[in-house]
Amino acid sequence: MWEFCGMARTDSGLRKALGRIPQIREEFWRRIKVPGTGEEFNQSLEKANRVVDYLELAELMCLDALHRAESCGGHFREESQTPEGEAARRDEEFAYAAAWEFTGTGEAPVLHREDLVFEYVHPTQRSYA
Amino acid sequence: MKLTLRVWRQKNADDDGAMSTYEVDGISPDMSFLEMLDTLNEELILRGEDPVAFDHDCREGICGACSLVINGDAHGPERTTTCQLHMRSFRDGDRIDIEPWRASAFPVIKDLVVDRSAFDRIIQAGGYITAPTGSAPEAHATAVPKPDADLAFEHAECIGCGACVAACPNGAAMLFTSAKINHLNVLPQGAPERETRVLDMVAQMDEEGFGGCTLAGECATACPKGIPLVSITGMNKEWLRATRKVAKH
Repeated sequence: MWEFCGMARTDSGLRKALGRIPQIREEFWRRIKVPGTGEEFNQSLEKANRVVDYLELAELMCLDALHRAESCGGHFREESQTPEGEAARRDEEFAYAAAWEFTGTGEAPVLHREDLVFEYVHPTQRSYA
Repeated sequence: MKLTLRVWRQKNADDDGAMSTYEVDGISPDMSFLEMLDTLNEELILRGEDPVAFDHDCREGICGACSLVINGDAHGPERTTTCQLHMRSFRDGDRIDIEPWRASAFPVIKDLVVDRSAFDRIIQAGGYITAPTGSAPEAHATAVPKPDADLAFEHAECIGCGACVAACPNGAAMLFTSAKINHLNVLPQGAPERETRVLDMVAQMDEEGFGGCTLAGECATACPKGIPLVSITGMNKEWLRATRKVAKH
């Protein structure tokens, strides 16, 4: 995630990450060893559950970052920048919040677009030039 | 560093529990005490043994989750939280005893993890302000004298770790309860519930089975946030004032 879905992301990096996460998940389930049982206070099981959640979250973050082929806020897609190096917004295509519906581990989530409506202050291109 | 650890192992609340001895090697003096325990647990897992359960969360001294009695002292030899205690406070070859908080109101859940929900119930009894304030009011709308603000803040520093209870020979929770009461009772925002707060929180504290204060002062010595012993005096004063005021009505 640090390497391919950090502050600056690229199409090719995100695709690499999306290829790698299922491999990590497969390795996790193949090699996981959790001491104790689920019938007792078990901090190791708690940690293992979190890792499973993080794998799903990581995959979704990469997928969303790949889908949003613009730069905005903390999401900087290197392909989408102005000549000055600022984040280039593409509001005509991406002025919505993406709510992803979980459909199962490893399955493609369903996108629900929630349009962003700005009545008074409208998003503009940042430029210090 | 190479260390010998004697750790309290207890499978669950019904188990008697006992000290178990473990050797750990390759400990850096720069490790935190919890990282040293992580190292032990990694070895235990690889050996197929049950890792030692212990509470921890922020690991930066502000959450109050970590809670170990180390060589008989709550949070160990430094005046800080267990997570902010480093192995440089120990010497190579040391034997370190690690136990959970010991208090009847804090039953052991497993190994070094105790149930501190009694603290939550004390807070639920009155450690809050119910006055509806709407959106955040302008900060200067209610004037608070600087000494009062400082006093409130000093008490607000309590992170609810429970070291005061663990250190107290009576298993009393008066330093914790007094910190929570004084924090709110010295402020104008806390004034409408000033009496009910102290009466209800003290009643809940007694109901939870904590002991009474004999001014041994161990709590204030163990407190990683430096809540002073006079905090308890302040609570007692509030309690007396509240009982008289309530009796008049």
